[in-house]
Amino acid sequence: MAHQEKRAWIMLVVTVVAYTAYVAVVLTRAHGAPITEVAYAAALIASIVLAIAANVLLDIVTSIGTPRSEYQADARDKEIARIGDLTGQSFLVIGALAGMGLAMLEADSFWVANVIYLGFVLSAVLGSATKIAGYRGGFQTW
Amino acid sequence: MKPTRVTNSIRTLRFAHGEMTQADLAERIGVTRQTVIAIEQGKYSPSLEVAFQIARVLGVPLDDVFQYPDPSE
Repeated sequence: MAHQEKRAWIMLVVTVVAYTAYVAVVLTRAHGAPITEVAYAAALIASIVLAIAANVLLDIVTSIGTPRSEYQADARDKEIARIGDLTGQSFLVIGALAGMGLAMLEADSFWVANVIYLGFVLSAVLGSATKIAGYRGGFQTW
Repeated sequence: MKPTRVTNSIRTLRFAHGEMTQADLAERIGVTRQTVIAIEQGKYSPSLEVAFQIARVLGVPLDDVFQYPDPSE
């Protein structure tokens, strides 16, 4: 498996696990009360910081023993990364626009923060999935 | 992803060229071994520059490395 494909898998798995854990924490804390009253901010920030740390750590672990020639991104890796990033960015924009709309409608800050966070998550998931599909299913530039 | 109609003879040419390994070819054209595998399997069409590099390393014209079917075929 190409090293850059491993990185895409790491990003996908870490993002899904971190977001699932965050949602579980929020729902547990709600315990029947209105969800907008839940103290979500610390859990949200923790899930983002831990996901970034886990990504870096797992990248280092999978790089150990990998020859430099295999570790560096080549032309195919860069092309697949570009398509994956472009695909993922669409959800980043959708999340930002949704957050802006909710803020203008004076929605609770819980929804503004969470819709933006969901945009981050979907962007990372879709971008990673596109990259993995590029490596697994093939990628043609001609 | 629409499959490419471009085929290649890299595997055959590697063996004809002193049984060159995928890793050797990858190193000489500056890509990873996984990319050479993907090119050989038709899962990735390289840039024109990489295609010329492959042909040069294998010591044959580009047409001998990559083939495109005639429209009438």
